[in-house]
Amino acid sequence: MSSHSESIIREPLITGKDITYAQITNDVLFPVENKPNKAWWIGFIVACLGASLWLVSISWTFWYGIGEWGLNKTVGWAWDITGFVWWVGIGHAGTLISAVLLLFRQNWRNSINRSAEAMTIFAVICAACYIFGHMGRVWLAYWTLPLPNQYGSLWVNWNSALMMDVFAISTYFSVSLVFWYTGLLPDIASIRDRATGLRRRIYSICSFGWTGSVKTWQRFETVSLILAGISTPLVLSVHTIVSFDFATSLEPGWHTTIFPPYFVAGAIFSGFAMVQTLLLIARKVLGLENYITMFHIESMNKIIILTGSIVGVAYITEFFIAWYSGVEYEQYAFINRSTGPYWWAYWSMMTCNVITPQLFWFKKIRLSIPASWVLSIIVNIGMWFERFVIIVTSLHRDYIPSSWVMFYPTWVDVGIFVGSIGVFFVMFLLFIRVLPSVAMAEVKLLLKTSSEQSKLKLIKEGHLDPEQVEYYKESLTKFDSVELADYDKV
Amino acid sequence: MSKTKMILGLFDDPDEMMHGIEKLQKNSVPIYDVYTPMPIHGIEDKLGVKESRLGYAAFCFGCLGGSVIFSIVYYTLVHDWPMNIGGKPHFAMPDFVPFTFEWTILWTAFGMVFTFFYATHLFPGRAPRVMDLRATDDRFVIAIDAKGNIPHDDITKILTDAGAVEVKHNERKYVSYE
Repeated sequence: MSSHSESIIREPLITGKDITYAQITNDVLFPVENKPNKAWWIGFIVACLGASLWLVSISWTFWYGIGEWGLNKTVGWAWDITGFVWWVGIGHAGTLISAVLLLFRQNWRNSINRSAEAMTIFAVICAACYIFGHMGRVWLAYWTLPLPNQYGSLWVNWNSALMMDVFAISTYFSVSLVFWYTGLLPDIASIRDRATGLRRRIYSICSFGWTGSVKTWQRFETVSLILAGISTPLVLSVHTIVSFDFATSLEPGWHTTIFPPYFVAGAIFSGFAMVQTLLLIARKVLGLENYITMFHIESMNKIIILTGSIVGVAYITEFFIAWYSGVEYEQYAFINRSTGPYWWAYWSMMTCNVITPQLFWFKKIRLSIPASWVLSIIVNIGMWFERFVIIVTSLHRDYIPSSWVMFYPTWVDVGIFVGSIGVFFVMFLLFIRVLPSVAMAEVKLLLKTSSEQSKLKLIKEGHLDPEQVEYYKESLTKFDSVELADYDKV
Repeated sequence: MSKTKMILGLFDDPDEMMHGIEKLQKNSVPIYDVYTPMPIHGIEDKLGVKESRLGYAAFCFGCLGGSVIFSIVYYTLVHDWPMNIGGKPHFAMPDFVPFTFEWTILWTAFGMVFTFFYATHLFPGRAPRVMDLRATDDRFVIAIDAKGNIPHDDITKILTDAGAVEVKHNERKYVSYE
């Protein structure tokens, strides 16, 4: 029930005075209904330059083949798969926020789920580009499908983890897209009902004729809940299957059972870091401080520290098991990782993923926007190195020392990677211009129960435990969007 | 006879709207529909909307998707072209699991969402049947069919008493048509 008020000791999820339902619509739709500002244009132009670099590099790859990459006989997988796993991992936070946190009734997800899901979709698009890119002959991509053919039919190899990947990634992408778009319908309808002319027509088509009647909402909620329920195992399965690409091989350093949980934790870790990177900027530029509050930022930092620690434990376990297994090759793979010619990659990974995120134990750092932003970028760098370390250091010294080599990326490798970041930001920046970056309907749901103003009203009514009120007031000091002076009198 | 087709009670607060529904029901005024900018919990029970059966649809689609891909893998790997891989059994079920799982999810999601779209008449390009343009913004709208429900002034009074900020007597059912 909307009249139910929650415990006072919980932090408010919407801050600010005089927030009304209309105010939420106005605030969220401001970037959609107005001309972009300078910051957006600068960001967009830079992103477009990146995207053009991507276009050139990927076209170069298609034209001349993957021989243009720095791969050699020993290192047959490098930056492409690193980039692929990195992007898929980043995508995972969106689903975690929209699905897992919905199942756990974490209401703070309501204001960040939309942009996080958008991020998921764009990240998976970037990842998919790598999959198609590394095929070399991209026009034969349909060979991954079990289609009848003139060779027998010779079917696809269902025993291969790469085949499982095809199914996992395509399912993940399309289910995320459906989940995201279904959630967008009510908000697109809000834009439609405020717009005129051609805009109205376009949004009208996109809104599928949404009206917000009782039955539609009721079914909408059922659909959201079931989609969340099936997306949760889906998201876990996707990175599990991505880890199978390595774990089912017999390569020392890859052939371990710890990979699936370790990859999933790493994926959530890097995904939340990317959400943080994007939202800390977006909340400022779009003026959404009242909806994406310091509490949201702190909560995400807490998830980063948790998953970062899980990843840290996984690194140490991996090392221990390599020694404990008594397998020489396995032991060498790990000694080589940490002290061999790629020691700098290994220790960058260790520093960025395990050591620096521990700084979030300090409340001051957890609540500092610049520190959170810098640390989130460091995590992103660290997670890229993690994939690089796993892939390249396991491959570059194989069983025959005469074939030991180093991997050197060409400009095409670098171009595709840097460019894919540009592609991602082009899509994200366009998204915040044409679609509401916060799920309005879901945030409106919180206004009467979890907003700062409703809690202030409760305090003023004065039936609350004074100790709890003090606790609540103390928790408000971390917010940058709360006027603390209002609480002196009450 | 009056030309009013629809009487709309516009509320700015979901709880007052719920109160309005109660009052209308107490006075035996049938409610046509309610339009809100966000889901209102507990409204289904009040209006006697039955629980959604989309869960059953989702389950059936999921079973179907899982069976389809399992059959495809079985046909190709075991029946049509069995391969001898180190003498291992052809019917290696563990390898089937990821595919079966993924397609169960895929078909559940798409089957259920398309059923939802079909059942609620949502599709790209459908003309929105909107009675009040602020119902997707900040107004909680109770719509009452004017035909047969007289006197209209009584309904207006019930709605205003319940806390409606505005009561509209619309001569057109939908305002969204151009």
